[in-house]
Amino acid sequence: MAEKVLMKGNEAIAEAAILAGCRHYFGYPITPQTEIAAYMAKKMPKIGGTFLQAESEIAAINMVYGVSSTGKRVMTSSSSPGISLKSEGLSYLAGADLPALVVNVQRGGPGLGGIQPSQSDYFQATRGAGHGDFRMIVLAPASVQEMAELTVKGFELADEYRMTSLILADGTMGQMMEPVSLDITVKPQPEKPWAVTGTKCARFHNSINSLSLVPEELEKFNSDRYERYAKVEANEAMAEEYMVDDAEVVIAAFGIAARVSKNAVNEARKQGIKAGLIRPITLWPFPKEVFADAAKHAKAFISVELSMGQMIEDVRLSTRCRVPVTLCNRAGGMIPSPEQVLAAIKQANGGEA
Amino acid sequence: MAKLTFKTDFCKGCGLCVDACPKKLLRLANEKINKKGHHPAEITDQSACVGCASCALMCPDCVIQVER
Amino acid sequence: MAVVFQKPKALADIPMHYCPGCTHGIIHRLVAEVIDELGIEGKTIGIAPVGCSVMAYNYFTCDMIEAAHGRAPAIATGVKRSDPENHIVFTYQGDGDLASIGMAETVHAAARNENITVIFVNNAIYGMTGGQMAPTSLPGQITQTSPYGRDPKLCGYPIRVCEMLSQLEGPEYLERVTVNSVANIRKAKKAIKKAFQNQIDGKGFSLVEVVSSCPTNWGMTPQAALKWIDDNMIPYYPLGVYKDRTAEQEAAK
Repeated sequence: MAEKVLMKGNEAIAEAAILAGCRHYFGYPITPQTEIAAYMAKKMPKIGGTFLQAESEIAAINMVYGVSSTGKRVMTSSSSPGISLKSEGLSYLAGADLPALVVNVQRGGPGLGGIQPSQSDYFQATRGAGHGDFRMIVLAPASVQEMAELTVKGFELADEYRMTSLILADGTMGQMMEPVSLDITVKPQPEKPWAVTGTKCARFHNSINSLSLVPEELEKFNSDRYERYAKVEANEAMAEEYMVDDAEVVIAAFGIAARVSKNAVNEARKQGIKAGLIRPITLWPFPKEVFADAAKHAKAFISVELSMGQMIEDVRLSTRCRVPVTLCNRAGGMIPSPEQVLAAIKQANGGEA
Repeated sequence: MAKLTFKTDFCKGCGLCVDACPKKLLRLANEKINKKGHHPAEITDQSACVGCASCALMCPDCVIQVER
Repeated sequence: MAVVFQKPKALADIPMHYCPGCTHGIIHRLVAEVIDELGIEGKTIGIAPVGCSVMAYNYFTCDMIEAAHGRAPAIATGVKRSDPENHIVFTYQGDGDLASIGMAETVHAAARNENITVIFVNNAIYGMTGGQMAPTSLPGQITQTSPYGRDPKLCGYPIRVCEMLSQLEGPEYLERVTVNSVANIRKAKKAIKKAFQNQIDGKGFSLVEVVSSCPTNWGMTPQAALKWIDDNMIPYYPLGVYKDRTAEQEAAK
């Protein structure tokens, strides 16, 4: 059994990124993710990498764009307001089909909001990261171990599909300390013949570009990109299912909300209620099949979220509204308690709340 | 002894070369129209050209090659 | 007879989309000539801006990147730092790109003395979008968005980029040139060459501001536009070297 070390979630992301071969980090300080930058600032100079504190989130994501253009693994991290600033760059990365890893350790919003944990950037991550038709692979870790593993996976998926992988964590996941095994297998990096590394006067020049003034061409670029996205949807959706097989009340929750919900499911089972939990690990692609299957035997779904209800839309879409889906939530930096979730389960089961 | 060669279809007829020529040997050919629809630049007296390349230096479109 | 002037190899053999008499073509050629003369085409990576020169990625034969509006210096930072030994990186930016939407990226790349070359084309107007007021439009200058002339009381004064950046400790070399005559074109090329040579020598951030024309949006002939540079632009934007750290250090010895 591999040796485990006690780490903060944010540090696990940083260490796993280095493990994955990332030698370039650009960022701007923002709570609650600054440990990632601090870790990189310490580590990168010692391993011949680059840590640079950019003048803004906008500059940081464009520095990422620059390194990614040269074919190397690169990342940035931020928290909600900072991700909004990066949204221009996220759209350009998509338009130029560049791989990158971006981490969002979410805090409550909108606006400056607060600094406590939140999941209210779900829409932004899965729908509206920037202008234009594009998607990002959105990974939602629920443990420090997963913070590390999904970071490695994020780099691999980004390279394979030439798109941005976003780690959608929250303040709790970032600050939480747990034992982690960093014995994670990293696949060899693929060739990137499209990268700009200098022509060496031996080939026609490469251009990294998202401009296309001919509508027929631009349409084709979009269609080709969506064919790639279809492959991601077909192959990469991930979810953890917990006691779902016979469940009548199924909870949908990711990240910290899933950890709380698991306790509530255990308690409900003790009290004789057939409760279960589906924890999406990829928020895009959303694990639709898992939900569709569960909808065949469940009589109710509950979406447990640290937001005013965002993932609930995907739960309703995936279950095609065949069964009622209710929301159990806290917002603004508050976290639902297991008791609150248990009460919601009881209510959905037809009993008293 | 100098020779100017014009890549006529690249010419946009801006006339900057005409003004640049110290010996006033260039003109825009008003009676000609190139592929882009411009009156292209041309030299009126090749034998008088000293090959100073001022015209080529001023040309924004690399129309003129100079031999000397 | 020998060829004494021809299109540089680093400039693609395709027509450029610029308006007749636009000096972008001259500046592109000067950059390409310098790339040829320094023998760096195979390791050069250029960053095109948003604006009239957005399609510069088609015109240079080296590897190219198209940036978001104003972000070229940040992208250049990433490209340079990904392989500092083997990448020669330049940005090519207009006044709106560099001095308005991308001012933060410009100033901070200069402050870091990022080892890149910046070609800054200042023609005091937004050309691509049809002639709106730029951060460098002159007081009184009539544009689509300053139809009564730029009023400094309403929208402030134009920014002198070289002068401003020269107050920073960071940058290695800042020079303002123009391309409105054969003599000035020769001087401009010398400055551009120095800006690339500085990068090769590891000296750091080098910016050449090229005072340029926009006959179409200034509403004049190409010839009149070049004269307008002398009469109106140069008095506000004096030519010259604004910073040359190496020269200053040598003078101090």
